[in-house]
Amino acid sequence: MSKYLILIFQDEANVRQPQGESITTSYQEFMQRRSSSLLAGAALERTTTATSVRPDDAGGFVVTDGPFAESKEALGGYFLIEAADLDEALQIAKEVPTATGVEVRPVRVVSP
Amino acid sequence: MPGGVASAEVAAAVADAHRSQWAFVLAATVRVTGNIDAAEEAVQDAYASALETWGARGVPDNPGAWLTTAARRRALDMHRRAATARRALPKLIEPGEAASDTEAIVEAATESIRDDRLRLIFICCHPALSFDAQVALTLRLICGLSTADAARAFLVPEPTMAARITRAKKKIQAANIPYRVPDASELGERVNGVLAVVYLVYTTGHTAPSGANLMRRDLAERAYELARMLRQLLPTDPAVAGLLALILLTDARRNARLDGRELALLADQDRSVWDHTAITEGAALVRESLSKHPPHRFALMAAIAAVHDQSRSWSETDWQEILGLYDLLIETWTSPVVQLNRAIALGFAHGFEAGLAVLDDLSAEPQLARYHYLQAARADFLTRLGRTEEARLAYEEAIVLTDNEAERAFLERRLADVAG
Repeated sequence: MSKYLILIFQDEANVRQPQGESITTSYQEFMQRRSSSLLAGAALERTTTATSVRPDDAGGFVVTDGPFAESKEALGGYFLIEAADLDEALQIAKEVPTATGVEVRPVRVVSP
Repeated sequence: MPGGVASAEVAAAVADAHRSQWAFVLAATVRVTGNIDAAEEAVQDAYASALETWGARGVPDNPGAWLTTAARRRALDMHRRAATARRALPKLIEPGEAASDTEAIVEAATESIRDDRLRLIFICCHPALSFDAQVALTLRLICGLSTADAARAFLVPEPTMAARITRAKKKIQAANIPYRVPDASELGERVNGVLAVVYLVYTTGHTAPSGANLMRRDLAERAYELARMLRQLLPTDPAVAGLLALILLTDARRNARLDGRELALLADQDRSVWDHTAITEGAALVRESLSKHPPHRFALMAAIAAVHDQSRSWSETDWQEILGLYDLLIETWTSPVVQLNRAIALGFAHGFEAGLAVLDDLSAEPQLARYHYLQAARADFLTRLGRTEEARLAYEEAIVLTDNEAERAFLERRLADVAG
């Protein structure tokens, strides 16, 4: 078995999420159906609430308002999953109810 | 010189086994190592030792079986050495397995190696790898091409090709891309991916995008062998039948495509030197692959090639039939190049004025704006319509846009004809 992080991207301009509602019914259905593969997951607040922290040249840090990389599609949530192989992970990724799309990244295995 | 002839024979036998048996031997060795990199190294060593051993003891009756045994032994040695070095690792493979005699291995494993070769093909052409990487891995692992040869074939520096292959292998491992034949539910889509790779290898070999030789025969032959192998491994797949048919029917004209160093157009080719055995086989495959609906794009492309191949002369070409096939092809595969070819067929079927009108519309397509075949086709139709000044300009533009010297020589001759 391998672990993968599914990064869910969305076009924030088109996302209208009612205040206080954390996830939609379609996500609840997906999480129920795939509960045996899901290790963790969360929806994120909008990038307008993000704060980036970068080390500066003087050994300190620069703290700025906004996401690390500005782009039209922003990270909106994630799932940490366990799957037999990439094919199974991609199958799960296809079932994530998002219009924009997801990125599937293998979690690095650290040898003992 | 004693042994001189013999060593040439041995070298030829090894080269032949390299071409025809590489994927078989590698697939059988991956079965033992469970790891493509280790298997590849063992197979390379086996081919190297074949040169020496066959020279001393003669070429074996079944070179593939001999190489498989040698590669598996080598893999076991490598594994034992690594295991001794690390000690703690459990023994993964029983020594007896690789030590069993050659014929037994081949008999017991032929069926499973059929699947192993498919697994190897499907991992090389996995959609999670970039298309360039899929092509590179296929040439390297299925055809056994060296990195240097693969780099030369695709006109990239050797370190670029080496990095591409290394990156792809790393991704296979890190992302855990499975070594398996896809389920029936996704097989069709995955076969399409494999066929796209084989087709690219073929077209690159058939008309090299640049350079002095119109054809890079070696690549075209590798693609033909890949299509043959796929046909053997997936005998009922209509898309596979379609691609093999397309390669057979296109390649059947290879000996007529060059007149000296210049490109000979289909219209001017000496049809008596076409390979009629290949045409017969290709046409039968076309009939088979067209029986599936909707027909695959390769089946339709092969059907178009078959109409040309079975026409006794250029003037007897059935353009209505070809135009009808292009209309079907556009329904399944709407590429600008198909639209261009359809426009040419339309010109021959319904008059050059009508064909030219469609070609002019296509000039606005961004993907075709710098495509020399479009300007060459416009130039040809303009010449036929007697509009020589416009034809001259179109030929000049086509000459600027092509990188292939044989094609440029052809276009320059046509330009001279129009100008004179």
